[in-house]
Amino acid sequence: MNRIFPRIPSGCSVAGILNENGKRMSGNRIIRSISVMHERANGLGGGFAGYGIYPRHKDDYSFHLMYDDEEAKRNTEDHLKESFEIVEEEIIPTRPVEEVTQRPLLWRYFLQVKPEIKKLYYDLTENDIVVKIVMHINARIRGAFVVSSGKNMGVFKGVGFPEDIAKFYRIEEYEAYLWTAHGRFPTNTPGWWGGAHPFGLLDWTLVHNGEISSYGINKRYLEGFGYQLMLQTDSEAVLYLFDLLLRRHGLPIEMVCRILAAPFWSEIERMPEETRRVMEAIRMVYGSALINGPSSLIIGYSRGMLGLNDRVKLRPLMAARKGETFYLASEECGIREVCPRPDEIWSPAAGEPAIGELKEGLS
Amino acid sequence: MRMSLLAPEFRVIRDEEKCIQCEVCVRQCAFEVHSYDLEEGKVASDDSRCVGCHRCATLCPTQALTIIRYPQEFRRNANWPEQVIKDIFKQSETGGVLLSGMGSDKDYPIYWDHLLLDASQVTNPSIDPLREPMELRTFLGRKPDRLKIETKKGKPRLKTEIAPQLKVEVPILFSAMSYGAISYNVSLALAQAARTMNTFCNTGEGGLHRDLYRFGGNTIVQVASGRFGVHPDYLNAAAAIEIKIGQGAKPGIGGHLPGEKVSQSISETRMIPEGTDALSPAPHHDIYSIEDLSQLIYALKEATCYKKPIMVKIAAVHNSSAIASGMVRAGADIIALDGFRGGTGAAPTRIRDNVGIPIELALAAVDSRLRAEGIRNQASIIAGGGIRNSSDVVKAIALGADAVYIGTAALIAVGCHMCQKCYTGKCNWGIATQDPYLVKRINPDIATERLVNLLRAWSLEIKEMLGGMGINAIESLRGNRLRLRGIDLTETELKLLEVKPAGESL
Amino acid sequence: MKKIYVKEEYCMGCRLCEIHCLVAHSKSKKIIKAYKEEFPRVLPRLIVEEKGPISFALQCRHCEEAPCIEACLTGAMGRDKKSGAVTCDEDRCVGCWMCIMVCPFGVILRDEREKKVATKCDLCPDEDIPVCVAKCPNEALVYEEE
Repeated sequence: MNRIFPRIPSGCSVAGILNENGKRMSGNRIIRSISVMHERANGLGGGFAGYGIYPRHKDDYSFHLMYDDEEAKRNTEDHLKESFEIVEEEIIPTRPVEEVTQRPLLWRYFLQVKPEIKKLYYDLTENDIVVKIVMHINARIRGAFVVSSGKNMGVFKGVGFPEDIAKFYRIEEYEAYLWTAHGRFPTNTPGWWGGAHPFGLLDWTLVHNGEISSYGINKRYLEGFGYQLMLQTDSEAVLYLFDLLLRRHGLPIEMVCRILAAPFWSEIERMPEETRRVMEAIRMVYGSALINGPSSLIIGYSRGMLGLNDRVKLRPLMAARKGETFYLASEECGIREVCPRPDEIWSPAAGEPAIGELKEGLS
Repeated sequence: MRMSLLAPEFRVIRDEEKCIQCEVCVRQCAFEVHSYDLEEGKVASDDSRCVGCHRCATLCPTQALTIIRYPQEFRRNANWPEQVIKDIFKQSETGGVLLSGMGSDKDYPIYWDHLLLDASQVTNPSIDPLREPMELRTFLGRKPDRLKIETKKGKPRLKTEIAPQLKVEVPILFSAMSYGAISYNVSLALAQAARTMNTFCNTGEGGLHRDLYRFGGNTIVQVASGRFGVHPDYLNAAAAIEIKIGQGAKPGIGGHLPGEKVSQSISETRMIPEGTDALSPAPHHDIYSIEDLSQLIYALKEATCYKKPIMVKIAAVHNSSAIASGMVRAGADIIALDGFRGGTGAAPTRIRDNVGIPIELALAAVDSRLRAEGIRNQASIIAGGGIRNSSDVVKAIALGADAVYIGTAALIAVGCHMCQKCYTGKCNWGIATQDPYLVKRINPDIATERLVNLLRAWSLEIKEMLGGMGINAIESLRGNRLRLRGIDLTETELKLLEVKPAGESL
Repeated sequence: MKKIYVKEEYCMGCRLCEIHCLVAHSKSKKIIKAYKEEFPRVLPRLIVEEKGPISFALQCRHCEEAPCIEACLTGAMGRDKKSGAVTCDEDRCVGCWMCIMVCPFGVILRDEREKKVATKCDLCPDEDIPVCVAKCPNEALVYEEE
């Protein structure tokens, strides 16, 4: 999996369901939500991210791996063992589905960073160390790909329609307080499982419908901070931008959204003095992180999920709320299918984030 | 007088059926090509004096004049083409260094013309700039790598101080052209146009005329090796200060404004005696190394209370990228790169035509180098020296420039016909001259309008190209080399430019 | 009323104003014909003053209190009611040159091609803008309200 992959523009469907009380729900609802938008995918990619699925291992980094072959598996495990205690490892359970072919070897690991590694990299956080290792595996180890690497969460994805992928991974058997899903319509045939969504890094996952016209500069900007964009996908860039801005630069999430979908100067000029100064600085300093071009995306993270459109809303996104549940979907039908009468339903404006989070005190 | 071996460069063809003997041509040519023969009652022309500036042909009310290349043919010889022979004739007659005005006219590759732009189709929509916002606003100056923002009661507060910036509404600035090299009226027009378009003009090394201090907010003042006209008021009047190390047209060479051009007003502005040659040394004699540059940068920052960005301008040379990196680390807030096709009022021809590298390659190298070192945010890049039109601007920005400098294009807008005789002081278009008969030929109001029109036209075109790429803010194009493709370039050139060949997909 | 004003700092002495004035008052109004076929040639109605680098075109100022009108014996010199311009009715002019004697600007000229008459700027009554202004390549002449 260390080919240089062609960058593939794509149209897509996205969906997400969050229980803000942290109550876990089976995968059935998210499968229905994404499947009803079948028309938006073309069978060349589907996937799910679930949060809260591994309560027994909630303090371990759970790595989902795709391997081309056993050699890749051996090399990866050798590498993992250098830095991690492997608490538990197992095959990711799947069932044969006629439509899903050419599956890679799928494996998951529950990991703890070794104390001596922490000591060796005393100036890095545990998360930094994990990112370094993920980057290394994805860039350097032939035939291996880290699908997700957060705690108490996991990404399940592959080539196929989302409903077939769900069947394959037995998604209905998992319980999560937050689900996101993706149905893909790439404009050529990649036939590669790692390229499907969601993308995961630490506990960040991304499902994305869009093509980034600014990709070239977003990529170069990220490379300046040590990110290696091996997949050449827009979505990978978006995910890393979130990681950089939120985790490493410690910016408030609303500000991150303002960076990725920057307000227009004409709008900034009408803002109150202090806010205007902030926005002006954001556009000055983080211009290379502006995601320009059509996109709607859902970012999942341990505390919740965020839906965001590009700055002129060139792709669809709907949000809804019913009681303690927060919904996002490309189309209204994706929400109505699982929640026919929401308390409120709206179309987030261009660049306006729609955010749902676990109630204070929950984790 | 001995015979000259030089044949004329141009032939003046006068259509006798159309010529009304009005003598407009006679009055307009400072090179005295045309004269009225009283006996014959006819105007005649002396081809040998013609520089091909087209002033006479443009003003002739009956279009009776056509200027063509002098058709004299030397025997074909690939080793000894006409220009080579003529240069030897000229030097054996004068014993002097050959001089030229404007940028090199040699047939070197123009990489802009080997770069193609991308456009959106189906999978991402193009944007119509006539109906939707399209943003060109650019800030030039040092930026922090990250911001600290605190949210208090739901309101964001900025905790990082931002260094002084130049704000431009169109990423095109007028490059350094000194009062002395160009006339007061042209300087005034550049300043007025810069103000109207919310961009900047640059004094060059000639100081700032007292009457132009009112345009200080749109003026970059230069501190060059001659230090002409540099004093505290000058520095503080400006929006930014540019240390000129080198110039694309003549890297490694100083400047020379002949004494004849040093009028009273120029002598006052440059702070030198009237009628003396203004010689700027090749190096700054207080900068023999990078740490000396740093001292000058901080001396200027001190002198202006850290309120203005300090720029450093260098000619594009082989090692530009390492030099630029040093400049950024020495404290430069903006670096200006001047490619070898850049213009000049006067340069030794051999230097102009043989020293330096194209701006496209230098720009690509510098942007990549600064990114590789993680210091690209710390300085803005202005690319100049060979920017001819709006697509050159777009390509420069995609290669990594924050903005561009235009000099020659601006002069062409006000009338320059590229005859390359700037150094004679006889510019018939009233641009590169201080002759009171000639400077009047530039009406600053007309010139301002033409410059404003040019920038407006280019910015409309830039917006069209951005929109076509599905981008609505210039920062999404900056350094976005994926939107460029090279055509008819070698693999090495593609590698240096870091662009993919045309035909290769995303 | 609108009058022609000069910005002498931008006058470069090309004399295109003079040339086009002549053409505008010629029979054919075609430049090559006017110069090459129409003889005797009509006179331009303005003069170009030059001294050193300073030059400017000067034509009738159309004075509010015009001495030329006062001095005219035949009443040829008069004021156009509509435009306010000072004009010379060449049919009534007898060529006594009194107007030339009194004109403080020296902008009335002698036309001695046929019958002697005084000739002067008429502000090009058939044009929106007098041709000298319209054809000045450097906008050194402007046509403006006082």
